[in-house]
Amino acid sequence: MKQRYSIFSLVRNALNYHADWQEAWRSPDPKPAYDVIIIGGGGHGLATAYYLAKEHGITNVAILEKGWIGGGNTGRNTTIVRSNYLWDESAHLYEHALKLWEGLSQDLNYNVMFSQRGIMNLAHTVHDMQALRRRVYAIQLNGIDSEILTPAQIKELVPMLDCSPNARYPIMGASFQRRGGTARHDAVAWGYARGADERGVDIIQNCEVTGFKIVNGTVQGVETTRGFIGAKKVGVVVAGHSGVIAGMAGFRLPLESHPLQALVSEPIKPILDTVVMSPQVHVYVSQSDKGELVLGAGIDAFNSYAQAGSPPIVENQLNALCDLFPAFSRLRMMRQWGGIVDTCPDASPIIGKTPVQNLFINCGWGTGGFKATPGSGNVFAHTIARGEPHPLAVPFALERFTTGYLIDEHGAAGVAH
Amino acid sequence: MTAQKNRLGQGGRIDRTKPLRFTFDGKIYYGYQGDTLASALLANGVTLVGRSFKYHRPRGILSAGAEEPNALIQLGLGDRTEPNLRATQIELYDGLVAESQNRWPSLTTDFGAANSVIQKFIPSGFYYKTFMWPAKAWMFYEKFIRQAAGLGKGPTEQDPDRYDKLYASCDLLIIGAGPSGLATALAAGRTGARVILVDEQQELGGSLLSERTAEIDGKAAADWVAAAVAELTAMPDVTLLSRTVAWAYYDHNSVSLMERVTDHLGPVAGANQPRQRLWRVRAKEVILATGAIERPLVYSDNDRPGCMLASAARTYANRYGSMRGQRAVIMTNNDGAYRTALDLTDAGVTVFAVVDLRSNPQGELVKAARAKGIEIIAGHAITGVKGKLAVTGVDVMPLTADGKGVTSASRHIHCDLVLSSGGWQPTVHLHSQTRAKVVWSDDIQAFVPGDKLPGQNNRSIGGAHGVFRLADCLAEGHAAGSEGAAKLGFGGQSGQAPTVSDEPAEEALLPVWIVPSDKPVGQGGKHFVDYQNDVTAADVMLAHREGYRSVEHLKRYTTMGMATDQGKTSNVNALAIMAGLRNVEIPSVGTTTFRPPYTPVTLGTFSGIDKGDFLDPIRKTAMHQWHEQHGAVFECVGQWHRPYYYPKPGESMHDAVNREVKAARTGVTIVDATTLGKIDIQGPDAAWFLNMVYTNAWTKLEPGRCRYGLMLGEDGMVFDDGVTSRISENHFHMTTTTGGAPRVMSWLEEWHQCEWPDKKVYFTSVTEQWSVMALNGPLSRKLLEELTTDIPLDDDSFPFMSFKDGHLAGVPVRIFRISFTGELAFEVNCKPSHALHIWRALMQAGEKYDITPYGTEAMHVLRAEKGFIIVGQETDGTITPYDLGMGWIMAKSKTDFLGRRSLTREDTKRPDRKHLVGLLTDNPNEVLLEGGQIVAHVKDKPPMDMIGHVTSSYYSPNCNRSIALALVKNGRNRMGETVYLPYEGKVIPARITEPKFFDLEGKRING
Ligand SMILES: Cc1cc2nc3c(=O)[nH]c(=O)nc-3n(C[C@H](O)[C@H](O)[C@H](O)COP(=O)(O)OP(=O)(O)OC[C@H]3O[C@@H](n4cnc5c(N)ncnc54)[C@H](O)[C@@H]3O)c2cc1C
Repeated sequence: MKQRYSIFSLVRNALNYHADWQEAWRSPDPKPAYDVIIIGGGGHGLATAYYLAKEHGITNVAILEKGWIGGGNTGRNTTIVRSNYLWDESAHLYEHALKLWEGLSQDLNYNVMFSQRGIMNLAHTVHDMQALRRRVYAIQLNGIDSEILTPAQIKELVPMLDCSPNARYPIMGASFQRRGGTARHDAVAWGYARGADERGVDIIQNCEVTGFKIVNGTVQGVETTRGFIGAKKVGVVVAGHSGVIAGMAGFRLPLESHPLQALVSEPIKPILDTVVMSPQVHVYVSQSDKGELVLGAGIDAFNSYAQAGSPPIVENQLNALCDLFPAFSRLRMMRQWGGIVDTCPDASPIIGKTPVQNLFINCGWGTGGFKATPGSGNVFAHTIARGEPHPLAVPFALERFTTGYLIDEHGAAGVAH
Repeated sequence: MTAQKNRLGQGGRIDRTKPLRFTFDGKIYYGYQGDTLASALLANGVTLVGRSFKYHRPRGILSAGAEEPNALIQLGLGDRTEPNLRATQIELYDGLVAESQNRWPSLTTDFGAANSVIQKFIPSGFYYKTFMWPAKAWMFYEKFIRQAAGLGKGPTEQDPDRYDKLYASCDLLIIGAGPSGLATALAAGRTGARVILVDEQQELGGSLLSERTAEIDGKAAADWVAAAVAELTAMPDVTLLSRTVAWAYYDHNSVSLMERVTDHLGPVAGANQPRQRLWRVRAKEVILATGAIERPLVYSDNDRPGCMLASAARTYANRYGSMRGQRAVIMTNNDGAYRTALDLTDAGVTVFAVVDLRSNPQGELVKAARAKGIEIIAGHAITGVKGKLAVTGVDVMPLTADGKGVTSASRHIHCDLVLSSGGWQPTVHLHSQTRAKVVWSDDIQAFVPGDKLPGQNNRSIGGAHGVFRLADCLAEGHAAGSEGAAKLGFGGQSGQAPTVSDEPAEEALLPVWIVPSDKPVGQGGKHFVDYQNDVTAADVMLAHREGYRSVEHLKRYTTMGMATDQGKTSNVNALAIMAGLRNVEIPSVGTTTFRPPYTPVTLGTFSGIDKGDFLDPIRKTAMHQWHEQHGAVFECVGQWHRPYYYPKPGESMHDAVNREVKAARTGVTIVDATTLGKIDIQGPDAAWFLNMVYTNAWTKLEPGRCRYGLMLGEDGMVFDDGVTSRISENHFHMTTTTGGAPRVMSWLEEWHQCEWPDKKVYFTSVTEQWSVMALNGPLSRKLLEELTTDIPLDDDSFPFMSFKDGHLAGVPVRIFRISFTGELAFEVNCKPSHALHIWRALMQAGEKYDITPYGTEAMHVLRAEKGFIIVGQETDGTITPYDLGMGWIMAKSKTDFLGRRSLTREDTKRPDRKHLVGLLTDNPNEVLLEGGQIVAHVKDKPPMDMIGHVTSSYYSPNCNRSIALALVKNGRNRMGETVYLPYEGKVIPARITEPKFFDLEGKRING
């Protein structure tokens, strides 16, 4: 049993100078074989392992991570969580995730700081307003919270926004999801890791998968930098590197890998209480609990695996920020970085089976998969455990690119997030 | 000036004839021109300058440069206030107003320091372990946590200052103007190479500015710097940029700089200069001469105000003369700190002792210190620092033989300054930003640049790669300059390398990563590693214990290195402590990749002048002024401002649009259609190309005729539409939607360049080369006839879907007979310079017909009455031509066109997809909201199954009722069915109809 985390355990441990805290997760050597191997120790992979153990009783599981857990997009993203998607299929999937977020800290006994401070999407043109209404009404009819704000209501919630009618793109309204917000990305990775480890899952870091053993179209295990490891089933959750792993297993994915950049300002006292996104002026911003403004925008257009992007992208999003928030131009950028996102032609993920028996894939979350972490892990665990897709995952199968049943969420993903 | 109690009477680089008045926390002080805020505060004996982030510990100035973690200042007032500036980098100006941060109510009495009391309970990562009960309470806790965090305050008003950005290129970009950088610049500059030399400080010279005794080429260091700068200034191809930080090093030798143009002058409102400037420099070679940063030692309570880096104290004494009368104890593990001991003594500071962690230091500098009578306490450690708001003394104890502990009783020394030196870390940030590795050097116990990446042409020299002796730095700089220039083809003489006389030899440093104390780490005093974020050695141990052991986990769990200084003084110490705990070599813990920026960069510099109306260009047509003068209300469409409607006095939007719409069907109207995208397509393969990008066939279109076309994406979904005309056999004029113009242009180019490069066809965007005005209405022919003599307008000579060249109102035009309203219509195309003339002529001649200008809203209503689609409104990237009921436009004869294959997919060819239909509300005056969702069955509350949505909806004065277009599942097979629109708290019933409401037989097109 793991030590419980609480205010009482903190006080108790303080008396002993915190010398008795346990490891959050072990670092075992890999066993020769597992029932299930998860490739990729990002949030989605860790959550998958956690739910495999917790909900399906499958505990002979290893997560293989080539670097350190949470070091991919999980630890690089801007942590926006919401479920205001247009199409029924996505709305239900992301809402499933949002409901799990709402109890996640308690479930994991690890504070992931899920802050439901609300997400605002600005509309700047007549056309934006039409698209916004369409989306808000659809979300409402799916039973998910969403509302339309007037410029006056916007100004009240975000006094720093330039709501003047003379702006280059004047703000005409906004959609608002109050249950949306942000969470602490590292805590999500660590919380799931701790929970999975507690239930027997082996978390193996610095272990890169370099190939598959596939016999008669069925996966038997993986080659790694730490040797061969056998597995009855393998789940691939490697985000921007999905195409590389699929290549090792001999199939192709309709994915493109692009850099996506983000940056933070120096910390300042609270000045922005919700998340604000503007697809038209093209930037989104929130303020972290530490006080940094966290912002991002669109992908770099070129394909790349180098976790760095080009300066004009950053320049454009800062122009946009300073235009929407004229007082922010005196603040300073403290750190910028990039991650590699796996984008699908329809801006929706791929979850399910692959052409290789017992090899499952979960990818294509592109610019917006952090918000889905609990839901994604949850339905993927079900899919691996049962060998059949979770009902919410059915529409997201790889086959949709042959049938044409696409779930086009470019509108919802207008600004990367 | 009076009361600068610690100021030395003479020496240093300040100008004592220029006193400057400033305030700190409301109190008035004086400093001199040339001071930084930090040196001026020290000269005034102010040691307490800030509070730490988490525990609100009282803090003083630690460093004299960019690495400062403690002395963060709120500078300036009102709309010009700026948080988190480092006092060590703020140049003093008259009237400067500075405030300390993150304390309440005052710096000396800070209630936040209560955190210090409960610090036991809030080690690193404590927040992950608590605040989880009750379940929804995080939002409550978060409010307080946010309030407590956050350092300074951001301005809340519009920034009054201007910023600028520019692009530059050069042969050599030299970053850092210390001895290495200056020597490089001299050597390269003399050959005639184009050189840019940058330094973040107000003066060029780097470490030489803090030298008291060094001599170069027989001159005092300062004089040598002055001569070098004079020589460089005289070189026409050398650009010297002081106050300029190189903050990012991107691919292909692209380096970003930020120049502080007027910050040092204070808030000069209305000045003719930008405040700061962003430079994007592309250099053939980059010389990284960025020097090194001293590491503090990690000892118990090493954060008390008065604890400082040894080299910083030397700078404050030598360069600013601002340490007089202080009483110092120095702790070191290397010889370098003895320079401080020697110089401080000369500058009026009492150096009580040098506590050397090494048991028997014998270097030349050590001997010199001893000779000066400075006590050297070797083999000892400072085990505690006394004093709360300021240092009052230190405890010193002998180290055990293995150096891991201390023995016997302590000796107490009263002092007000505790200086430490743990060795030097080369400033490898920019090197690391190129994604090249850094490697560990056992010699200097620090990371040095590893091999650079292919394609990055750069070189680290001097302190930046761990070479610290002045003679070596100058020699390396000279070599880098002359070799760099020669490599780039500059054959000129680079002159003699600068020389220095003997430098004292130094002994090796002794790595000591945690200075032991009489109490176990974490159980008595605090050994700070990261000052700003309050991360202690005990926190690193906790992270290790809990499994957060890789460098990134360590950083993220403890927040070490994540503060505004990005760990400049803490990273190596933390890594080394973790390595010790893990019992591995330091580099195996990992190094973090440094990310831009080196120091924080003002956001405003990125936009420069690209803000407000310059954020995105506003496009206006040649008739824009006329529209303005005639009261048009404008709408943003893409980058364009288009007339939305033209209200007459007293008219509402509804009235105006109704009037405009009616006029189009009864008289004559005019609309500015210039914004439509236009692409000129020429070449022998032009028709072939159109066959590939449009769904219908183009081969047989005759010159002089026009055709409507639909473009699909590879996925078979409608992507753009427009009318394209054949000008001659190999020449077409394509029109696109207004918003789609750039997208279509890139689409054509992409297919041409990537897939069909062998095809002879050329595309030119001519959107701005043609102005367009469309006349619509039964009287439009009549009006045109009055203004042209050479264009026959009757149906036989000028049939629908053809065009004619000729003259109108005396100027050349091309007129297309095409219609977006279903009325008799002519689209007049002309040179933009003629457009206003023609427009005015038409308005004048049309007066007797009551010619009516209309805007985009009337245009939308008119086309909706006829059921014409607008791409982007009736389509959203998921709609096929069949969905729109436009199967007629799909050429059966063609074997291929873009998107064709996708249309054969199972889901795309389903008969019950969403179809474009019309919707008529039961109440003819109820205009549906565009975007409204449609359900077949209403339930009490959501969720409800949606079957489609309203794409367009208007009041149609010609139908005398509201009309709407919608996409509805299986809609074509649901004609007459009643559906419901539940939104905004009501439910509106509507009937499904054909998507066409007016002139169902299409008779009006010929007037
Ligand atoms: C800058 C940026 C901002 C973003 N902002 C948001 C946002 O605001 N909201 C949101 O919802 N989403 C956002 N996203 C997207 C989101 O981060 C991702 O969709 C999500 O985190 C993906 O999680 P993951 O666990 O699948 O991937 P990752 O966290 O990337 O995990 C994949 C792991 O696989 C490992 N791996 C790869 N190859 C191998 C191999 N061969 N062997 C072993 N291990 C391997 C990698 O090292 C990595 O740790 C953003 C992304 C970026 C880059």
